[in-house]
Amino acid sequence: MAEVLEKEVVEEKVEKKASEPLFSKKNRKLISDPFNDNNPITVQVLGICSALAITVKLYPAIVMAISVMFVVAAGNVIISIMRNLIPNRIRIIVQLVVVAALVVLVDQVLKAFVYDISKELSVFVGLIITNCIIMGRLEAFALGNTPWKSFLDGLGNAFGYGVILIIVAFFRELFGSGELLGMRIIPDSWYIANGGFYSNNGFMLLPPMALITVGIIIWVQRSRNTKLIEE
Amino acid sequence: MKALHNFIESKLKPPFDEGGKLHKYWPVYDGLYTFLFVPGHTAHSGAHIRDGIDLKRTMNTVIMALVPTLLFGMWNVGYQHYGALGIDATFFEQFLFGAIKVLPMVVVSYGVGLGIEFLFCVIKGHSIEEGFLVTGMLIPLIMPVDLPLWMLALSTAFAVVIGKEVFGGTGMNIFNPALLARAFAFFAYPSFMSGDSVWINTSVKEGQAVVDGFSGATALGDLATTGATNYSPLEMFLGTIPGSVGETSVLLILLGAGLLIFTGIGSWKIMLSAVVGGTVMGLIFNTFAPYALSPEQQAFMAVPFWQQLMLGGFAFGVVYMATDPVSGSQTDTGKWIYGFLIGFLAIMIRVFNPAYPEGVMLAILFMNTMAPLIDHYVIQANIKKRKKRAELKTAGA
Repeated sequence: MAEVLEKEVVEEKVEKKASEPLFSKKNRKLISDPFNDNNPITVQVLGICSALAITVKLYPAIVMAISVMFVVAAGNVIISIMRNLIPNRIRIIVQLVVVAALVVLVDQVLKAFVYDISKELSVFVGLIITNCIIMGRLEAFALGNTPWKSFLDGLGNAFGYGVILIIVAFFRELFGSGELLGMRIIPDSWYIANGGFYSNNGFMLLPPMALITVGIIIWVQRSRNTKLIEE
Repeated sequence: MKALHNFIESKLKPPFDEGGKLHKYWPVYDGLYTFLFVPGHTAHSGAHIRDGIDLKRTMNTVIMALVPTLLFGMWNVGYQHYGALGIDATFFEQFLFGAIKVLPMVVVSYGVGLGIEFLFCVIKGHSIEEGFLVTGMLIPLIMPVDLPLWMLALSTAFAVVIGKEVFGGTGMNIFNPALLARAFAFFAYPSFMSGDSVWINTSVKEGQAVVDGFSGATALGDLATTGATNYSPLEMFLGTIPGSVGETSVLLILLGAGLLIFTGIGSWKIMLSAVVGGTVMGLIFNTFAPYALSPEQQAFMAVPFWQQLMLGGFAFGVVYMATDPVSGSQTDTGKWIYGFLIGFLAIMIRVFNPAYPEGVMLAILFMNTMAPLIDHYVIQANIKKRKKRAELKTAGA
């Protein structure tokens, strides 16, 4: 893995050229790639822990997605600006300090403005530090690219991560609690307690079902995008 | 028979042949055809000794072994229902009531499962595998009678798609699909799969009422919560107790086990070692009962080991699920270890965690995961042993 990453860094360095339009084709690809061909969760299988832990309800998942988006994008930009100053040997420590600072920032903002959600996300906000996607993007991209490109890359990957998070949370909240964003979707009169036939699926609230849901997303994605299928 | 065969060959087959209009649905035709007749294809190379036994006959034998428990289950559903309402009903009435309740479960289970299986065969273009025949029969037998049918359908669909098709269909599954269906229902709809109110159908008509002091708890549920039950060991053995549809009668399960062992389809090694494992754990609990943490647990631990073996789904799981040739161990030594640990863990989970009295299900699913590992080590040990022997020989010579 490390070799591959370094190679990517080298290649990107060579490609660096003079002025390039802000949204050139290559730059647009930085944003669009992580949605499908290079999705951090379904293709690279990174960031699974948080995808399992905070997708019981849609709202926390959205907050988490936004938090990660901020951390990745800002972290990428900062590291990219400093990339020529960071001694190679201690780069991981430097990256960690930057990410940790950003995560503390996010944590404080969440505590100040959406305290309930912050409590619900509990340790998982702090654990954004260990989210493989962030370190992966810093190592693989920001260290060898200009700030603008790194920003786009961070944004793209966070979007790719957030989309999966939101899809999983959508199904888990809909079938697990019959609600979306706390609003009742499945009518009360359907429930067995009220003389109906329906009952919430308790399995959806348990982490294994999040894993299975991610698995199903991977399945659907690969059957549509056949170049992802390994030999 | 001949006339039927001719009719199928001349009238029904052509559209499904290569180039025919319905060729896409060849797997469906093939699957139904081989139900009626022996498939016409022969081996192409080498010498083969062909046995009459194939997957379909294996499955049919297991189904035959299941029929007694199914019929008994139907009667028991009616027996428990009328017992709960305090109505004297004839044998026939009891059976009829049960049949009306249980048959839809069988139909739904088969309908959903086979439907999905056919769908996948048509999409993937391979012939239909018969793996679901047994699963479809097992699923209604291990569910409580009051489970809503759509939950049964959903569990079946989950088991077939996630448990089997994603791994590549029959013969490739890691877990026993029927148990997976039960596990899904158990975790998804716990209030319909456990507790005191789901095991006996207490739907009342005009002028009927449930008798005073009625408790719908199973013998196992009673023991797990209070440490005592009103059901006698003889009732547990005969199966006139509440429980999942087919799991109650140890007597008839033993009958089925006899058929499976006689025909060589179920592994007696697994069954025996599971019973030994359960016995060992039961004896350990009996010995250490005085040191239990709570009086309820003490009473549960003190239940004689031979009663533990007759409670809940232990007998059913060991005979029909643990012996599943796909998800179980393949090596002979592995079967002993696999079976032993199933029995051992089943009793352990059941006693130590009253929230999951159905320890058998969890034990078998857990050991399904471990089976390839056991096989791996058994094979490695054998390789090592033979290598050593070969080295000794060459050294001696």
